[in-house]
Amino acid sequence: MLQLNMTVNGQPVSGQAEGRTLLVQFLRDELGLTGTHIGCDTSQCGACIVHINGDAVKACTMFAAEAAGAKVNTIEGQANADGSLNRIQQAFQDNHGLQCGFCTPGMVMSATALLRHTPKPDESTIRTYLEGNICRCTGYHNIIKAVLAASEQDAFAQNPR
Amino acid sequence: MYDFELLTATSLNEAVTALQNEETQALAGGQTLIPTMKQRLASPERLVSLTRIKALQGVTVTAKEVVIGAATRHADVAVQAAASFPALADLAGHIGDPAVRNRGTIGGSLANNDPAACYPAAVLACGAVIETNLRRIAAEDYFDGMFGTALDDGELITAVRFPIPEIAHYEKFVQPASRFALVGVFVARFDGVVRVAVTGASQMGVFRWAEAEAALSNEFAPVAIGNLAIDPAELIADAHAAQTYRAHLVAVMTKRAVTAAHQ
Repeated sequence: MLQLNMTVNGQPVSGQAEGRTLLVQFLRDELGLTGTHIGCDTSQCGACIVHINGDAVKACTMFAAEAAGAKVNTIEGQANADGSLNRIQQAFQDNHGLQCGFCTPGMVMSATALLRHTPKPDESTIRTYLEGNICRCTGYHNIIKAVLAASEQDAFAQNPR
Repeated sequence: MYDFELLTATSLNEAVTALQNEETQALAGGQTLIPTMKQRLASPERLVSLTRIKALQGVTVTAKEVVIGAATRHADVAVQAAASFPALADLAGHIGDPAVRNRGTIGGSLANNDPAACYPAAVLACGAVIETNLRRIAAEDYFDGMFGTALDDGELITAVRFPIPEIAHYEKFVQPASRFALVGVFVARFDGVVRVAVTGASQMGVFRWAEAEAALSNEFAPVAIGNLAIDPAELIADAHAAQTYRAHLVAVMTKRAVTAAHQ
């Protein structure tokens, strides 16, 4: 067993892992952070996306030991300090950007990474950026609207019909 | 996943020493290797992770060359090569999806030599040089069929040296489920001589399209491709595209790449 130390959602954490332990298993099973979902386990769906030192990565496709010493952010660390939803999470709720909600943690983490380097993305940029996140419920339209709203842009102005 | 040992190298020497053991496999970004291991299509007893070897990371630009450390992630190439070699940066910025690009590396891609990977097209079209811990390998000598390379056991790519073309562009038709290239074509011109490399299409892996190179060297315009066609006989046929469709896409992607390279 390896003893791993990392910073998760701003808190120093320590836990045990084998070499084969995936980061998503470490987060869920060792740290109890089950908001990061395992959708496909084949790096297709993006439900397990977390941030490693600010970059969105698929936690099912890296080993926990590779994140030793890193700053890891998960969906559990996204809410505002008072526990209320942050503006991206709130935009998903306001725009019905989810139905079953299974993909939502990954969608929010991807959208957060996008808005960090592109604060005002157009619709095409959002769709391209989210191509590694699969949603089987919404048909994506309301997810796009949510990300536009989170970036304080009007979905109708982007794509008038 | 099955049990194995994971080592983390912090220097090239450490990694090379670990790879002396034939049961040890190099782990770069893991975006292909980890899914492959989950499916037991590969089952190495020991992995040595390369991602903490600082000396293998980063893009260096000189007047004539862009040199990319083997452990440089696609996302970093997309940014760091943007000014010096925009066609290569654009290729790197469209591999897989953003999360894949934040882990996957150029060395990992080239060592794996997936027949539908993007980087092999750029390496072959530019006549890039693959540097390893032992030697320098010309692009022409490096690729050896589907998933095959000139790398010996325990040999590790350290950097890739790309000569910077006058103009270039990579155009791919994406297989929408995998995000790999159904067909991808990299067109590059050096001193008026055009090189065309095709990925995703052939059972033999990446290849150069000599007829198109001759035609485009004569006249660098989509019209020069005219009715030139690839023989579909040795192309890949699968659920996503028949051989004839892939052959058609090769010509279309080449014309699009030439058009875009003009811009």
